[in-house]
Amino acid sequence: MAEKLKIATTSLGGCFGCHMSFLDIDERIVDLVDIFQFDRSPLTDIKHCSEYVDVGLIEGGVCNSENVHTLREFRKSCKVLVAVGACAINGGLPAMRNFVPLEECLAESYLTGEGIVNPQIPSDVELPLLLDKVHPIHELVKVDYFLPGCPPSGNAFWRFLTDLAAGQTPTLPYGLVHYD
Amino acid sequence: MSKNTLTIDGKPVQFKEGETIMEAATRAGIYIPHLCHDPELEPQGNCKMCEVKVNGRNCSACTFPAAEGQKVLNNTKELNENRRIIVQMLFVEGNHLCPGCEKSGNCKLQAIAYSVGMMDYRFPLIYPKREMDSSHPDILLDRNRCIFCEMCVRAGREVDGKDVFAISGRGIGNHLIVNSPSGLLKDSQLEVTDKAANVCPVGAIIIKRHGFEIPIGQRIYDNKQIGEVSVATEKVLEEKIHG
Amino acid sequence: MTWSESKQEKVLTIVCKHEKRQTRLLQILREVQEEFHCVPRYAIEIVAAELGLSRTKVEGVVQFYSLLSLEQQGRFHILFSDSITDQFQGSRKLMDYMSAKLGVKPGQTRSDGKVSLGFTSCTGLCDQGPAGLVNGHWISRLNESQIDRIVDMVEREVPVSSWPLEFFHVEDNIQIPGLLLQSPIEQGEALKQSVRQGFDEIFIEVTRSGLRGRGGAGFEAAWKWRFCAEGPEDYSGLSLVGRNERYVVCNADEGEPGTFKDRILLNSNAHQVIEGMTVCAGVVGAKQGFIYLRGEYYRLRPKLEAILANRRANNLLGKSILGRNGFDFDIEIHMGAGAYVCGEESALIESLEGKRGVPRVRPPYPIDRGYLDQPTVVNNVETFAAVAAIAAYGGAWFATHGTEKSKGSKIISISGDCERPGIYEYDFGISIAEILMDCGAENTLAVQVGGPSGGVISGKEYHRKLAFEDLGTGGSFMIFNKKRDILEIVRNFTHFFAHESCGFCTPCRVGTTLLKNQVDKICDGHSTALDLVGLTSLAKFIKTASHCGLGQSAANPVLGSLSHFPQAYKDRFKDVVFEPGFDLDESLETARQMSLRDDPWAHLEQ
Ligand SMILES: Cc1cc2nc3c(=O)[nH]c(=O)nc-3n(C[C@H](O)[C@H](O)[C@H](O)COP(=O)(O)O)c2cc1C
Ligand code: SF4
Ligand code: SF4
Ligand code: SF4
Ligand code: FES
Ligand code: FES
Repeated sequence: MAEKLKIATTSLGGCFGCHMSFLDIDERIVDLVDIFQFDRSPLTDIKHCSEYVDVGLIEGGVCNSENVHTLREFRKSCKVLVAVGACAINGGLPAMRNFVPLEECLAESYLTGEGIVNPQIPSDVELPLLLDKVHPIHELVKVDYFLPGCPPSGNAFWRFLTDLAAGQTPTLPYGLVHYD
Repeated sequence: MSKNTLTIDGKPVQFKEGETIMEAATRAGIYIPHLCHDPELEPQGNCKMCEVKVNGRNCSACTFPAAEGQKVLNNTKELNENRRIIVQMLFVEGNHLCPGCEKSGNCKLQAIAYSVGMMDYRFPLIYPKREMDSSHPDILLDRNRCIFCEMCVRAGREVDGKDVFAISGRGIGNHLIVNSPSGLLKDSQLEVTDKAANVCPVGAIIIKRHGFEIPIGQRIYDNKQIGEVSVATEKVLEEKIHG
Repeated sequence: MTWSESKQEKVLTIVCKHEKRQTRLLQILREVQEEFHCVPRYAIEIVAAELGLSRTKVEGVVQFYSLLSLEQQGRFHILFSDSITDQFQGSRKLMDYMSAKLGVKPGQTRSDGKVSLGFTSCTGLCDQGPAGLVNGHWISRLNESQIDRIVDMVEREVPVSSWPLEFFHVEDNIQIPGLLLQSPIEQGEALKQSVRQGFDEIFIEVTRSGLRGRGGAGFEAAWKWRFCAEGPEDYSGLSLVGRNERYVVCNADEGEPGTFKDRILLNSNAHQVIEGMTVCAGVVGAKQGFIYLRGEYYRLRPKLEAILANRRANNLLGKSILGRNGFDFDIEIHMGAGAYVCGEESALIESLEGKRGVPRVRPPYPIDRGYLDQPTVVNNVETFAAVAAIAAYGGAWFATHGTEKSKGSKIISISGDCERPGIYEYDFGISIAEILMDCGAENTLAVQVGGPSGGVISGKEYHRKLAFEDLGTGGSFMIFNKKRDILEIVRNFTHFFAHESCGFCTPCRVGTTLLKNQVDKICDGHSTALDLVGLTSLAKFIKTASHCGLGQSAANPVLGSLSHFPQAYKDRFKDVVFEPGFDLDESLETARQMSLRDDPWAHLEQ
């Protein structure tokens, strides 16, 4: 048997909804692991990408500095990078903060908001800093494919990945493309 | 060929004197994608979704007069690619969070995007800051999703006989304004039965408390392409209105 | 009378002065703006009620025109031209200087309400920049010492009407006069000749002259007139019965940056222009004419009104002109209010009707259904000036000049990097090289022919000729020398279109802003070769899919520079596959400051 394709996944500013939906392919996961070997992913708990990964799936938009580093690691390792889900493609719900200046967001959350006991902005080198705005991932790196949906259905994942594995451009029939 | 005939993608289509290409196509059951056209309203030609090639020239089908012998191209790769660019422009221009939008599945912008295979936004998002108006007891106006098709503007003036909506501003700063002393919908004459309240192709004007009657997945365009739906409904309407 | 009553009274007076006509809406709003330094909400209510319009229609008009505003502006409202030639003459630095002295930023009104600053697309003074407007009045050749004096007068609240006249001095700046400027007609000469020969004969003369429109598109004038004259009668569905009215409109919007030749014609040859309009009226049978004067040319208005009055007194306008029974024609001046798109003839007509300047769907064309749906001729100022000369001296006189397809002469306005900017008139067919020589241009990098909507040419093409069949222009001729950065020029033009798009159609409304953002990204050094593909396809799309000429030409600066100066783009590209379109580290700044961090992990590399 030919060597398995390596796949890596991550969630940046997302809700893990896309990962959950990915698992909705149910028992087909068995067929999938025949073709793909999981590399860095919350599903494997591997913390960094191997030097070469065939497919990288990114859920969520870019909200903070850590997201930037993760995304860059994926772009560096992955031959094919896929923006998965509304948040990766357009920022999604987290991008609703783009209408409010970050200053106000932080102040409201940590300083002036209701029920805050010890008002201070968290400051620790371990903590990633927030970007001014939430960005879709294609504004930071080159993205090869987009898999829309919030989340994309299990069937959409299945069709998309099996197309890729078969070496063809993924095409989703009407009904598998959704933005909601 | 008989008199008053043009062809759309090679297929002969009869038209009546004074008709537009869109009207002739609708009558003939041919779908030309459109967002700012409605058989009941005066055509205006702003969205440019209906752009077709007439004898080699780009024209808006909803406003361009039909004429003898015109060779109209509609469903071509190039034109559909242009339509994809237009939906992408409309998506990045506003704030379209489909997952949280009641109109999702019934939205014509989304439906055209599905049917032209829009997978990404192509352009950087603009993230404009726009106002929402939830003051009216039955109707919600969320300007984040407005595409400036002016259907509500025209429906109010032409059908309801009420001048409720208008476009103000210029260029990318365009915005929808409401005719009331406070500028709020609750103080306007708009009623839930008005055409203006029901004509919005997207989720900018929404009737409250009906959004989730039909579950996601079973909505109009979830499984049926807009072309099919449009031909079925608008052909009847067109014939009823213009004979 | 209370204070607020007296304000309402003032609004009513303005409305009544304009006989409560809806077509006068824009004129009314201009006067309200002048009176109150904004269009207040209560004024919108009064105007709407008195004119029988909805408040939203009135507000829509206010927000469309950049010289009107809902927000309170200063008692001194100072605008700087943001045209590229003014920028290259240091206008931005001067604005900073003034802004610092006055303590108010561009786009803002000072808290004491005394002064507000802003930019405007073009003032029509590119030959004597940096230029601007103070409460609508031209100020030219600005420099720091002049700004010192202006600031002083503003602080002392010296009314603009009492400022020394030298501030408002604007020269015609005619460098080389040609066919028209050398032989202006005597007042009434063309009309007398017309009445003598008869208008049928005059129409033949105009046809014989081969005169094509001078506003840009170059339609044959006679052809337009004939369609208007023969235009359809008795539209079914229109309330008018019998013969339709006809209208003659002089397009004095001159909004294309770098064009200022109509300014000179209206300042020094207005008689001839008006006479041309009157001849046209005689030919097409119009009773009413309009001069649509751009808002920035406010200062020309009193002079034009005086000339109109003088012509009425001399029986060259009004009833039975030159004693000819039934030859009735009069002219009204309509002011624009800061919208480039209103130069487009159908948008201009909308604006004349008092509406937002949104271009109409065509067909029908104005010659068929124009002002108030009646057949209307719209011609450029220079076209009418030529018409008068043709009526006086004959079509053959005119046709011996120029080229086969472009008869006569063209008046061009030269600005930018040359010894002698100003007005030049040449017979069509002159080469670019000769023009550059005449005006003393050296080390020329590029010439922008026809303004931002026209095209750019570079050194290899200076042999090309000014003519409709080669390089057409409405009159703008901007010269840039080798010290200039072509991409800064492209950026300026692209911003111009985004600012001036009317917003009616998707491709232009959204496309011009996307294009602007893309060009900014390139100029700011955040782009790679990959961006070029997207830029080109976006530009081509806007060009083919837009509703009117504005959108159709909005991508010309990008497309033209890409084909003539590809290296300028390549020089800016980063040598990486992909580059974020914004400064990453910069976008951590707020969070950094608020969390008091500056450690290495609090930074990002681009
Ligand atoms: C965006 C736009 C702006 C225009 N601006 C002007 C203008 O300022 N002056 C002008 O004469 N024509 C302008 N035109 C051209 C007019 O639409 C029209 O063709 C012209 O006034 C006809 O007059 P002519 O035949 O004498 O040239 C503009 C066209 C467009 C599309
Ligand atoms: S209006 Fe349509 S496209 Fe916009 S968010 Fe709602 S469903 Fe999506
Ligand atoms: S609210 Fe809806 S109908 Fe009205 S202009 Fe906006 S998108 Fe069109
Ligand atoms: S092309 Fe631009 S200016 Fe012209 S109608 Fe469209 S939006 Fe308005
Ligand atoms: S996390 Fe999947 S769409 Fe938001
Ligand atoms: S449907 Fe024709 S332009 Fe919108």
